[in-house]
Amino acid sequence: MANQNTQWDLWEVFTQKRSGAPFEHAGSVHAPDAEMALQNARDVYSRRMEASCIWVVPSHHIVSSTPEDMGPFFDPANDKIYRNPNFYKTPEGIKFE
Amino acid sequence: MENDTMSSTYFRYLLRLGDTALIHAHRLSEWCGHGPILEEDIALTNISLDLLGQSRSLLTKAGDVEGKGRDEDALAFHRDERNFFNVLMAEQPNGDFAFTILKSFFISTFQVVTYSGLEKSEDVALKAIATKSLKEALYHQRHSGQWVVRLGDGTEESNKRLLDAINELWRFTDDLFAHDPAMDALVSASIIPASTALHHAWLEKVSATLNEATIGIPSNVFMMQGSIAAKHTEHLGYILAEMQVLPRMYPDAKW
Repeated sequence: MANQNTQWDLWEVFTQKRSGAPFEHAGSVHAPDAEMALQNARDVYSRRMEASCIWVVPSHHIVSSTPEDMGPFFDPANDKIYRNPNFYKTPEGIKFE
Repeated sequence: MENDTMSSTYFRYLLRLGDTALIHAHRLSEWCGHGPILEEDIALTNISLDLLGQSRSLLTKAGDVEGKGRDEDALAFHRDERNFFNVLMAEQPNGDFAFTILKSFFISTFQVVTYSGLEKSEDVALKAIATKSLKEALYHQRHSGQWVVRLGDGTEESNKRLLDAINELWRFTDDLFAHDPAMDALVSASIIPASTALHHAWLEKVSATLNEATIGIPSNVFMMQGSIAAKHTEHLGYILAEMQVLPRMYPDAKW
């Protein structure tokens, strides 16, 4: 079958709410190049002042763990609850968000 | 204002900026649901909304200057064609995407140089509107300018479409900077910038981008003018008919 994918490349968009805050994945856009990807990301994901900075990354540059990795990657942490800070006494006055 | 002539010239000048934003906004809104891709559909309509916001501020300010109690709605919906002062380019039909983009680039660059000039205005209210609008216009210019380069320096077809667009649109470029001698008093009072200086700045920016896009500026073009005297091409009447029909049929309607 002929290649029916006539879409432009996919770019992942990360937005930062304010300087110093972590970049968070906002979604993705199609664009022919980096500058257009930034513009599209701005129009799609920051129309209501959601961001003060935007990253765009070609989706094929994202390296992801696969579902097959799930067991070896994540299960070993299952029975090691001592890695969680539950057993520490929290000083008074500390607030959790 | 020192006298009535100056005040009415200022009123028309503000209408010119406000109407240009309003009519261009209306044209871009016609792309809603028709953009070549989802992202571009959103971009064009975002820009349209920015422009609508600018026209609201400018028409409100015009109403204040006129001093007859007309608000933004009265000015937008209850004026006829011969009282609209938008530049002729704004009312031209959208054509294809390349045509809309080039029109948008010319108009947003016109707005960038105009608002930049108005940032030095002695009228603090207008100065504030200009400062706010300039940020938007710079983004609109960046958006359309990037597209102009890509279309011009893109495929054979995109280059041809952009060439067709410039051959059609160039005739409306002098009209952007048409000058009414009555405006001289406003320029002397440092309320508005001189249009010759703006034209020069506009041409410089436009030439640089067109050069990057490998598109030449057409020569020996007959220049259309008229908007400074509210004389329009055939297209404005149809836009107004569509835009004004509801508030004119139901003058007290609320939405």
